[in-house]
Amino acid sequence: MELKTNDYHIVYHQNIATIICKGSLLLNGTLEYAPLSQLLNKAAQEEQFQLTLDVRQLDFLNSLGINTMTKFVITVRNKQTLQLRVIGQGEVPWQVKLLKNFQRLMPELAMVLE
Amino acid sequence: MIQIFGYFIEELHGEYLKIVSFMPTPLIPRNQRWKVNGLSANFIADYVQIFSVYLPPASGDMNVPIPILSKNAIKYITNEILENAMKFSDAQQAIQMTFHLHGNQMIFQTIHSTNPQNTENFKKFIHTLLNEEPENLYIRQMESHAAAVDGTYSGLGLLSLICDYSAKLGWKFETFEQSPSTLITTMVSLPYSGS
Repeated sequence: MELKTNDYHIVYHQNIATIICKGSLLLNGTLEYAPLSQLLNKAAQEEQFQLTLDVRQLDFLNSLGINTMTKFVITVRNKQTLQLRVIGQGEVPWQVKLLKNFQRLMPELAMVLE
Repeated sequence: MIQIFGYFIEELHGEYLKIVSFMPTPLIPRNQRWKVNGLSANFIADYVQIFSVYLPPASGDMNVPIPILSKNAIKYITNEILENAMKFSDAQQAIQMTFHLHGNQMIFQTIHSTNPQNTENFKKFIHTLLNEEPENLYIRQMESHAAAVDGTYSGLGLLSLICDYSAKLGWKFETFEQSPSTLITTMVSLPYSGS
């Protein structure tokens, strides 16, 4: 399952239980972010043990994009059945902050900074 | 009538660098105009990077480079306040953005006009923001936003400026006798001597 535009490319690789996000997300409103929410939630439904979210190739995420992802993290947390791992770039301050905020919401989340 | 909230500098001094004014037009749909926010934030982030090279450091040593916020950080901050201004502005009024250097602070501000309902909702949020610990409010709003069915205003974007970028926020609300709308100036202040 994937979402592709000129600005971003998000792919759920079911064979490796990983969602890879690339590009810039500056969408307007929950309606425009609905496809991303659907992709994230579908991945969480499909996987039984662990799911990885890789944001290393995300160049930019506006606040509504961050909210969409935090909502997803909270949804996975509340399910209590899936391990969530998030990979970001340790040299990119906003990604470090993003992952730390995810971990504040879900302490058992595995945060990987590369 | 004028009301001031938060950290707001009424008379900005120092080097006034840029005003960018966005005129709404019925020829361009709102979702297309939305794209202007990111483009403008990109430009402003680039612009600020260039000007910072020539600024004298606070220590007086001209050979010491000034560490400033990253381009991505400035893009995020300016994009956020532009998005807020555009989201809550009256359809036929312009949105204005300015960038100032005021002493040892970078000041980004937007000015937009909005209706009475938006004004009251915003004032309620500001009241909450100014009376609670921002980090706790940030997490609480994330949880509330996740549980909300509709797209109610969460203020998470502005909270991220405070919690993730150490920004100081302030607002000026101006009302006029002949109009039900309120002119809102949103001011974001950041130190440019460190990130």
